[in-house]
Amino acid sequence: MLSSLSFGDTGKMKEYHYTGAVEHRFSPYAFNGGTVLAVAGEDFAIVASDTRLSEGYSIHCRDSPKCYKLTDTTVIGCSGFHGDCLTLTKIIDARLKMYKHSNNKMMTSGAIAAMLSTILYGRRFFPYYVYNIIGGLDEEGKGAVYSFDPVGSYQRDTYKAGGSASAMLQPLLDNQIGFKNMEGVQHVPLTKEKAVQLVKDVFVSAAERDVYTGDALRICLITKEGMDEQTIPLRRD
Amino acid sequence: MLQSLSQRETGGFNFENSRRNAELESSLSENGFKGPNPRKTGTTIAGLVYKDGVILGADTRATDDMVVADKNCMKIHYIAPTIYCCGAGVAADAEITTQIMASNVELHSLNTGRRPLVAMVTRQLKQMLFRYQGQIGASLIVGGVDVTGPQLYSVFPHGSYDKLPFLTMGSGAAAAVSVFEDRFKPNMELQEALSLVRDAVAAGIFCDLGSGSNVDLCVISQSGVDFKRGYEQAATRGQRGGDYRYKRGTTAVINKTITNLSLELVQESVQTMDQD
Repeated sequence: MLSSLSFGDTGKMKEYHYTGAVEHRFSPYAFNGGTVLAVAGEDFAIVASDTRLSEGYSIHCRDSPKCYKLTDTTVIGCSGFHGDCLTLTKIIDARLKMYKHSNNKMMTSGAIAAMLSTILYGRRFFPYYVYNIIGGLDEEGKGAVYSFDPVGSYQRDTYKAGGSASAMLQPLLDNQIGFKNMEGVQHVPLTKEKAVQLVKDVFVSAAERDVYTGDALRICLITKEGMDEQTIPLRRD
Repeated sequence: MLQSLSQRETGGFNFENSRRNAELESSLSENGFKGPNPRKTGTTIAGLVYKDGVILGADTRATDDMVVADKNCMKIHYIAPTIYCCGAGVAADAEITTQIMASNVELHSLNTGRRPLVAMVTRQLKQMLFRYQGQIGASLIVGGVDVTGPQLYSVFPHGSYDKLPFLTMGSGAAAAVSVFEDRFKPNMELQEALSLVRDAVAAGIFCDLGSGSNVDLCVISQSGVDFKRGYEQAATRGQRGGDYRYKRGTTAVINKTITNLSLELVQESVQTMDQD
């Protein structure tokens, strides 16, 4: 197709000439979508993620959960570039084993969070394109959530959403769990059942409006009895 | 600016505005701003010719980048009593172009005293789109029945067109055309053709992230038009379990002023509303 760019100011066609070396950019990253969410309660923690793996406008896999079990009391949710998610979780697993063998005890949630921060910052100049959220029980048995950015900055939260639909979920959690922007409401502590129902409802809404979120929802509920998983179907379109 | 105007003595098309737009976009991105993104429909649209006429199908999702802007928009547009058009690409372009076509077709039909031909609609579309050199981002499938029989055309944003027995366009075109290539036969019966178009659009809805929600179908034949809006709800929303209603007084009232208006009471009627 002859475009207007090939015509010069005089109206005649420009002569073809070799412009020299052209740099073709290769991007080492891809965005595979997905949303993760973690909520900390009085004596429990929930880590939930959708299970859709996408790229561009296509779906790679409808059953690829983003929650990975680290220890009996800690689960990590990773979304972003799937290649980096897989490698990062392998590295964390290896480091956990090394710690267990040299210190003769399992890593606590807080220790895993601190370690992850140093692992991520170690790649400050070629980052892991992963949005991490750790959920688990701390040493006292209370729920703990640690949220990270791709280069290792982290903080302990009560609840956090990450990934593609995070901007849609976070304000709703701020309102329902943090009781923000509401007046005259009793601050009742969150029960396990109410938290799980809230997580399910919030993902149903996210699947309506975010194209990267859908297919199914994997919820990991962590209590001192252990870890309990359930899978709920979501919109598949 | 004046200098370039006087130098330009060549006739033909003037695309100064597209050069200006490109410069604006690059200067905006230098300062970190992004120009406004036109809303695209994502989309799966499909059409096929069956024994008695033409069936057009479309999904109903409109996206703003990767967020769903409209869960139930209408992508099958009216052009003439027996000619309809599915639109993909930039939502505004598809909508306005089809409206312009509909009004042109009405005038042309009154002028000639004849019912419009699908080929006439296609020719006007391609001439307009070529004139704008692809700047109007509308990909359209035009289908209808006229005196020469059932016809199906596709028109691309740069102005090319194809006349074929089955067509798909939009981001979900690849998913939909694979279903057509597998099961299309010439001169199908209505039910078989309906289920084939429904399957093709459903393939786009489930396999393409830019398409979703419902399937709209439009059957055009000699006996008339059957617009099946919401033919099937391919993907249903999940049920919300919790109750998220806010009690009265949850929103903080900072200030309250009451201003009395001096009015004359003419008529009084009472309508009860739900109160919680």
